[in-house]
Amino acid sequence: MKFVVSVLLMILLSFLACLYLPWWSIAVVSFVIPLVIIQKPFMAFLAGFVALFLLWGGLTLLISTANNHLLAHKISMLVIKADAPLLLITVTAFIGGVVAAFSALSGSLFRRLF
Amino acid sequence: MRVVFFFLSLLITLALVVCLGSSILLPLPLGSFLSPQHGIWQNAEPVKQSFDTRLNFPGLKSKSTVYLDDRLVPHIVADHDEDAYFLQGYLHARFRLWQMEFQTYAAAGRVSEIVGEKAVNYDRGKRRLGMVYAAENMLKEMEADPISKVQIDNYTAGVNAYITSLPESRLPVEYKLLGYRPEKWNNLKTALFVKQMAQTLSGFSDDLPLTKLRSFFDDAALRVLFPQVADSLDPVIPPGTVFAPPSVIPVAPPHADSVYINDLPGTLQEAEKPDPANGSNNWAVSGSRTRSGAPILCNDPHLELSFPSIWYEMQMTTPTMNAYGVSFPGAPGVIIGFNDSIAFGFTNSGRDVMDYYRIQFKDKTKTQYWFDSAWKKSELRIEAIKVKDKPVVYDTVAYTVFGPVMYDESFPSSAEPGAALALRWKAHDPSNELLLWYHLDRADNYEDYIHALQYFSSPAQNIVFASKSGDIAIWQQGIFPALWNRQGVYIMPGEDSSYMWQGFIPADENPHTLNPERGFVSSANQRPADSSYPYFIPGYYDLYRGIAINRRLKEMYDVTPDDMMKLQNDNYNMFAETVIPVLLRNINESALQENEKKYLDLVKGWSFYNNIDQRGATIFSIWYENLKKQVWDDEFEKAGVPGLRPSDQTLAEALLRDTAFTYIDNINTPGHETISDVITEAYKQTVAVADSLSAINKLTWGGYKNTSVYHLLGNTVMPFARTGLPVGGGAHIINAMKQSHGPSWRMVIELTQETNAYVIYPGGQSGNPGSPYYDAYIDKWAAGEYYKAWFLKRGEQEGDRLVWKMEFGGRE
Repeated sequence: MKFVVSVLLMILLSFLACLYLPWWSIAVVSFVIPLVIIQKPFMAFLAGFVALFLLWGGLTLLISTANNHLLAHKISMLVIKADAPLLLITVTAFIGGVVAAFSALSGSLFRRLF
Repeated sequence: MRVVFFFLSLLITLALVVCLGSSILLPLPLGSFLSPQHGIWQNAEPVKQSFDTRLNFPGLKSKSTVYLDDRLVPHIVADHDEDAYFLQGYLHARFRLWQMEFQTYAAAGRVSEIVGEKAVNYDRGKRRLGMVYAAENMLKEMEADPISKVQIDNYTAGVNAYITSLPESRLPVEYKLLGYRPEKWNNLKTALFVKQMAQTLSGFSDDLPLTKLRSFFDDAALRVLFPQVADSLDPVIPPGTVFAPPSVIPVAPPHADSVYINDLPGTLQEAEKPDPANGSNNWAVSGSRTRSGAPILCNDPHLELSFPSIWYEMQMTTPTMNAYGVSFPGAPGVIIGFNDSIAFGFTNSGRDVMDYYRIQFKDKTKTQYWFDSAWKKSELRIEAIKVKDKPVVYDTVAYTVFGPVMYDESFPSSAEPGAALALRWKAHDPSNELLLWYHLDRADNYEDYIHALQYFSSPAQNIVFASKSGDIAIWQQGIFPALWNRQGVYIMPGEDSSYMWQGFIPADENPHTLNPERGFVSSANQRPADSSYPYFIPGYYDLYRGIAINRRLKEMYDVTPDDMMKLQNDNYNMFAETVIPVLLRNINESALQENEKKYLDLVKGWSFYNNIDQRGATIFSIWYENLKKQVWDDEFEKAGVPGLRPSDQTLAEALLRDTAFTYIDNINTPGHETISDVITEAYKQTVAVADSLSAINKLTWGGYKNTSVYHLLGNTVMPFARTGLPVGGGAHIINAMKQSHGPSWRMVIELTQETNAYVIYPGGQSGNPGSPYYDAYIDKWAAGEYYKAWFLKRGEQEGDRLVWKMEFGGRE
């Protein structure tokens, strides 16, 4: 339950934060949530990853589908040297996930210091 | 232990954020770049988006509307001119912000700020050319003129209204790729854009290479190798036209012929020069030759094609004008197009308006130079070139009575210091070209057109005109120096004022024609007039396109817009028709192996059309290039000039005239080569290339040419380009589409009661690679097809092709 709530909160707050703040505000959100909803470090790590993987993956999938993947075709060739929009979306989701995962882990470990 | 784990985890997190948010480790800051709410995903526009908006700007005088049609062409309907220019600026920025800013950075020599060290030499070249100096001179003129002032102030305000409202997340993709932000637009940037066009179209000069060549050839030889008038010239102004005697007669200094400046050591190095193929076709056919009885005007400007296109199509309607056509993102007004009464188009004049003078500085400070028997003070301009991630590079450019000292001991290279050379360039002089378009966009008749022309001084153009009242005309317009015979062919001495330009040709003596008997006017960058024109007019002139156009137009009656579209896409190679008989007459077939002859048959059987499926076109093209090398390289390499050769037509006409042409012989061999030897040798070299092309299925003209449109950032963003387009044509051909250089806009305007306009350009209205409108026109353009322009009439705003509506509120 805690896990699901953490994930949902991270998704919601990251989305809201990114409306106004730079992209790395996802790290701040993922750091703060485990301070409030206490979880084991590994679970926090997982929650961070799942939350941002879902948020970034979901958002880009929606955006790119509406775009017929026009831009994703071009950017994927540029960035990952392969004409693979879905792979670019996965990479995007993974980047969001990894940053959030380590940040959530840090938050959780920080909480355990006290 | 817990503390260690925490800090370890925190460190990893911070490292991730720093690495993904910057370009320290990765070529791109992938975190911000791919963030769905900040990065490039924000540029992935929904394919089915609506462009309907309602916005308020205090900069607008009153309520105005922009209707967007199904091709995303905006039709501005405003009650005030001021608002129309504001909205034009807003739309340019909305759809083309990155390119307009990038091009003005390039003009000002500021590319290093964006891409770093590798552009420093490019930037120095622009600074030394005096691009900003030229733009500043233009800015003063524009701001002093009440009409232009209103135009540019409102245009700038419109661009900035968009930039100010632009959140970081919606920055064009290129900013995100290169990691910078747009700065505010200003009036100087518009001037810089105009000067960038001036350089593209009139920034040519061969004074340096010709001077260098003169130490190898003599002047008499160079007159043959670089002739002023081609044998087969079909000029813009019909031959036989009588020109009035010149009213300005420049006087050559007594020693002008014997003065020779020879201090260009080593192999000649020059700053980057524009492509001499920057040219165009335009023509107008009078009602006597058309089916409708109304004039038809056509234009296709040839430039290096790019994404985003240099052109942005639009219509502007106010109580004082109703103009449709293409505009330059970066400048106000409609540049090529038509209005309710007239149509107008441009080709480049190619006239040489750039001369070099050798400067004798007193010392290394460059503060004084010898001029008319005294030391004259120069003005030093310190150029600070900001470089991304590196310290500022400083360069000092001395300004003389002629203009900036472009070349000196430190430029283009300090390894082989040459003489100090000052540049006299027409584009430096104060002028206000925007007024030409202000008046053309509003012109009703020939008199209005003539009135508009007076404002145009550089880069000189052949401006074609047709009106609904039935007139057709063409003027070569610009301000040209009145030169004595052969003035400025070579570098001139800079210590004597008698070598300066002594005056300018009065505008009414510029070549022109109104309603000529032949029933059409045309230009294709050829010499404007035959040798009976009373001034010395050196330039960069094409030959065969003009001959081809005139030959076709002469035989055309009952002309329809459809005929004109076909003519713009005509792939007939007039040059090949001229040269191939010489090649076939002189090739020594007995010296060829059996397997070498197969390609010869392709040339013999070729129809002279450079269509994409033709292999003969490819063989001929390679063959002629090899022949040029055979004939010229021995002498020109010895002379230390890598970048200049006599033109295609000069060699062709020389071979037609004289099969024993002196330069056929290879001076590096003991024997004496004949025309047959070099043509055969050039053919044999062609066979080897053709074999390898054939092996990869690229021997057809389309496969060999590989017509492509690149993004302005070139091969760093190849996915943004379109390559392998099925387009024929090429150099010297009416359809002047070379590999990536060619018709950047095609238009055919029939001036019947209801104007019928057929238009297209290789690109699309949106500069965003993530928009379906980015390359929307390209396939249709490649196929030689056109769109019928929707020419909105005031009061008829509800046509079914008007899909979206942008409503703008203002102060009232």
